[in-house]
Amino acid sequence: MADLRELYQEVILDHSRKPRNFRTLPEPARRADGFNPLCGDKITVFVRLEQDQVREIGFLGSGCAISTASASMMTEKLKGKTAQDALRLFEEFHDLVTGKAVTPAAGEDLGKLKVFSGVCEFPIRVKCATLAWHALKAALSGGAGQVSTE
Amino acid sequence: MSGAEERAASAKGRLAPAGVRTAATLDVSAIRREFPILHQQVNGHPLVYLDNAATTQKPRAVLEALQSFYSLDNANIHRGVHELSQRATEAYEQAREKARGFLNARSTSEVLFVRGTTEAINLVAHSLGAARVTAGDEILLTGMEHHSNIVPWQMLCERTGARIRVVPVDAKGELALDDVERLLSPRTRLLSVVHLSNSLGTINPVKEIIALAHRRGVPVLLDGAQASARIPLDVQALDCDFYALSGHKLYGPTGIGVLFGKAEILESLPPFLGGGDMISSVTFEKTLYNKLPNRFEAGTPNVAGAVGLGAAIDFVRGIGVEAIAAHEDELLEQATQAVARIDGLRVVGTARRKAGILSFVMEGIHPHDIGTILDQRGVAIRAGHHCTQPLMESLGLVATARASFAVYNTSAEVQALVEGLADVRRVFA
Repeated sequence: MADLRELYQEVILDHSRKPRNFRTLPEPARRADGFNPLCGDKITVFVRLEQDQVREIGFLGSGCAISTASASMMTEKLKGKTAQDALRLFEEFHDLVTGKAVTPAAGEDLGKLKVFSGVCEFPIRVKCATLAWHALKAALSGGAGQVSTE
Repeated sequence: MSGAEERAASAKGRLAPAGVRTAATLDVSAIRREFPILHQQVNGHPLVYLDNAATTQKPRAVLEALQSFYSLDNANIHRGVHELSQRATEAYEQAREKARGFLNARSTSEVLFVRGTTEAINLVAHSLGAARVTAGDEILLTGMEHHSNIVPWQMLCERTGARIRVVPVDAKGELALDDVERLLSPRTRLLSVVHLSNSLGTINPVKEIIALAHRRGVPVLLDGAQASARIPLDVQALDCDFYALSGHKLYGPTGIGVLFGKAEILESLPPFLGGGDMISSVTFEKTLYNKLPNRFEAGTPNVAGAVGLGAAIDFVRGIGVEAIAAHEDELLEQATQAVARIDGLRVVGTARRKAGILSFVMEGIHPHDIGTILDQRGVAIRAGHHCTQPLMESLGLVATARASFAVYNTSAEVQALVEGLADVRRVFA
């Protein structure tokens, strides 16, 4: 049960019950769908850039507690960040949830997102935690369509 | 005595039990001792394996049959003049005879070894498709089919210009015979339907469905992946034209399965794969194909797998499919009643006739999270769409949690599941 409490931290449960920025953005915002074939979960991420900065960001879809909370907290984190910052954060977040060493600087970068560190004890759930990030990356690189965690 | 009565009688004789009794008179503790894998701790708890619809565990008899085949008899079949090849051929053909008996097929020429249900369906889609399906024809499926009974037909439709029609599934998870009748048309070339739904546990009225189809001259394939270990089979009594099953869901090895096909239909179909063993002579100008069943078994088959499947069939018949079904019915009933008392839990699939499978959702909690939390208590279930995405969509769901039972599960394990679900509630309270 100790590991479970690590995984399902209160802040994660809170974001999964009440996801933030849970909305669509109108065109010409970019969008991309993330799909996890393992469970059929789909998350669509919308992002509007202005001078390479994330002005608005939202998401829709249905997923487990981990994927929903991760999407919700990602949108909170990324407002005002540059596309480059966002991609760096994805790298750092990926290291965190896969149990790789996270430098103190990266740890500071991630801030509240560090609540997802418990995911590394549950390798099968890494895809849940990164689903929205994969979609974000696709949206930023301009491709619409659908990305898969596989 | 009929085959069914014989099996029931032999189940009582052989397993008149000491130890834990259920109303089905199975000695479950003795059965559990036959499954080495069950005796381990997972995440600090005794393993409670309730993912049997995905694959069943293997009894010692199957493990020993594999070990013994490779240790003593391994050789290629149907060609060697030497002793080992003869033994291997004999073991392989004995396994075919066991499969024939299990299905009550008329002849071993109607029993084809394949990799599993998926390959069996692909074989029919390919060969029957090539012989009988053209643009404008129809393949009739149902809304509760596994992807393996959808995708091969879609591929056939892409090749030929035929189209798929779908018998709808109602809110309880049942098919209506009226709908089957309505959707059978003069263009229907085949009806392919699951015998026991892997997502809902529904037992379909296949005998009635087959009768309806045959009245229109339409052949029927039954996907028996889940049914084979839970419903006594008699392909002659059912009068089905094809029956597909997977060894690994029948306490046997992976990579081996059976396709039963009526001889008169198989005779009329072109081969599926080409290669060795499926020919009687080859020149660069003309190849003559072998007779049944070899014509549909190109290349060196999974000989050891077939031998393991034979051992699994012996194991299952030793207990009796009726006795296994009665035991699983009790567990399903116990589980269904217990989960009904859990706040916010809803059972998905409430057909009048069900077997072995309990799908459910919990309000506000994703099945994946249920699966992770149960796993921490050593309870293995499946969470997801169970390879039935069209069904999930028609039910307005993305996924369900699914517990599925086998001969070795116990009432105490059902209790562990129920306590685990209470834990899920606590974590998400």
